Amino acid sequence: MRQDNRMSAEIGGSTAAAPPLETTETPATGISIRGLEHSYGELRTIERLDLDGAPHSVVGLVGPSGCGKSTLLELLCGLREQDAGTIEVGGGASGADRLARCAYMPQRDLLLPWYSAIDNAALALRNRGLGRAEARGQAARLFERFGLAGFEAARPAELSGGMRQRVAFLRTLVSGKPLLALDEPFASLDAITRAEMQEWLAGALRADPRTVVLVSHDVEEALYLSDRVAVLSARPARLVAELRAPAPRAVDRDAAVTDPAFVAVREDALRALHTALRGS
Amino acid sequence: MHGMGDKGTTQRGVWRWVLPALLLAALIGAWQVAASSGAIARALNLESFLVPSPAEIATSLWENRSLLAENAWVTLREILLGILAALLVGLAFAVAMSRWRLVKDATYPLLVASQTIPIVTIAPILVVWFGFGIGPKVLIVALISFFPITVNTLDGLRSVDPEAVKLLRSLDASRWQRLKRLEGPTALPNVFTGVKIAVVFAPIAAVFAEWSGSSSGLGHLIQSDSANFEVARQFATIAVLSAMALILVGLTVLAERRVVTWR
Repeated sequence: MRQDNRMSAEIGGSTAAAPPLETTETPATGISIRGLEHSYGELRTIERLDLDGAPHSVVGLVGPSGCGKSTLLELLCGLREQDAGTIEVGGGASGADRLARCAYMPQRDLLLPWYSAIDNAALALRNRGLGRAEARGQAARLFERFGLAGFEAARPAELSGGMRQRVAFLRTLVSGKPLLALDEPFASLDAITRAEMQEWLAGALRADPRTVVLVSHDVEEALYLSDRVAVLSARPARLVAELRAPAPRAVDRDAAVTDPAFVAVREDALRALHTALRGS
Repeated sequence: MHGMGDKGTTQRGVWRWVLPALLLAALIGAWQVAASSGAIARALNLESFLVPSPAEIATSLWENRSLLAENAWVTLREILLGILAALLVGLAFAVAMSRWRLVKDATYPLLVASQTIPIVTIAPILVVWFGFGIGPKVLIVALISFFPITVNTLDGLRSVDPEAVKLLRSLDASRWQRLKRLEGPTALPNVFTGVKIAVVFAPIAAVFAEWSGSSSGLGHLIQSDSANFEVARQFATIAVLSAMALILVGLTVLAERRVVTWR
C-alpha cells in the first residue's frame, strides 16, 4: 500500500507532461459501516450504526455535542478499535488497513511549531521515507494551487487562524490517502473566515476529489460541503436521519445557502437534530 | 506608543544588570575597607594575612593565573564529561520510561528514593574502587546530573498532546519518527531545564569528588591551600569556580535560544 503510493507519486513527479493534479490523484474509495458499537467502559458512545459513503463523495456528520462524532472518526481512521460491527474503507476492514487509507484532521490545527508551514504539510511524505527536498517539492505544488504560495517558510505562529487551517488541510491532502476524516475543521474560526474557508475547501475538493467524512456542529456548513448529511442522536450515537444536500460545494456559496431548496433541507436537518436531542 | 514600550523594556533589561552589579561593587568595596583597615581581623582575633582584601585576592588571581587555569581545565573536563554522560544515559532512560510503562513503574520510585542518598558521601568509596584518576569525579558529576536531566526530560516527553499523537499515527509516523518529530522537540525545553540545574550543581559535585582523593583540580587546590593557610588563593579559586559555573549556565541558555526557536 505504502509502496504503491510512493511509486505513483514518483511516476507522477517524473512525467514532465503530466498535469500537477496527477501527483495527488488517489484511488476512489468508499466506506461502509455496519452494526457499529463502541463504548468507553460503561459509557456507550455508538449503538448499531450503519453508514455508507460513495467514492469521492462527502458525508457530513452532525449531532449534539458529545454524541460520539469524534469517536466515530477515530474508529473510521483506525485510531481506535470498535467493540462490534464492521468498518470498511476501500475494502479493507482491519485497523491497519483503515490507518493506511485514512488521513485524520483533528479539531485544532496541531501544526508542529518547530516546523515551517511546508514541512508541516509534508509530514506524511517524510514519514513515508521521502527526502526533505522531494517532500517539500510535492507539498509546494499544492501550496501554489491552494493560495498559500509565499508562506512555505513561515512558522505556524506567524500564520493567521484561517491560514493555519489551510496548512492543516493541505497536510491531510498531501498524505495522498483516499479518505479524509475532518473533525470540525473550522470550529475555531470566526464566522467570516469560516465562510471563506468553506468556499476554499469546496474549491479544493472540486479540484482534487476525495472521499471525505466531515464532522461539523454547524448544519449549514455540513449541508454546503457534503453530498449527504447524517444526523446522529445524542449518546449513544444512532443514525436519526439522512439528508441529501441540494447543491454540494457550489461555486457561489452565498447563493447556494440562501436558495429555498437549501433552506428547506436545513430546516429538516435542524428538526431532526431537535428530535435527536429530545429523544435521548 | 509601541516605541515607548520597547524603550521601557530595554531600560528594565539594563537595570537587571546594573542593579546587581552596583550592589556587588558596594559589597566588595565595603569588604576592601574592612579588610585592609584590619577591622575584620581584629574582630575575629586573627592574623591579618588570614583575612585577605579583594585587592589581595585579585593579585593572587593574577599571579596564580597559569596554576588556576591548569586546575580549572581539570575540573571543567570532569564537569563536562560528567554532564555529557548523564545526558546520554538520562535521555535514553527517559525515553525508555516514557515508552515502556513497565520500565517506569519499576524504576521511577527507586530513582526518586535514590535522591535521599547524599551522593557526595559516596565519593570516597568510588575513589577506593576506581583510584585517583578522572573516573570517579566524572561518575560523581554524572550521578548528580542524572536525576534533574532524566526527570525533566520524562516530564517533557509525557506532556505530548495525545491528539497530536493520533495525528502523527494517521500520517504514517512510526514510533521512532514520532519520537523524532513530536515527542523529542516537545521535550527539548525540559531537557535544557534539566541541564541548567545539572550545570549549577556539577561544580560542587566535582569539588567534593576531588576532596575525596585527587592530585589536581580546583577542589584539590582549595584543599591543599586550606592546609597551608593560603587564604587569598583559596578565595581566588572559589571565584574561578563560580565564574565557571556562571559561564556554563550562560552557554546553556544561549544554546537553548539557538535550538528552541519556536518559543
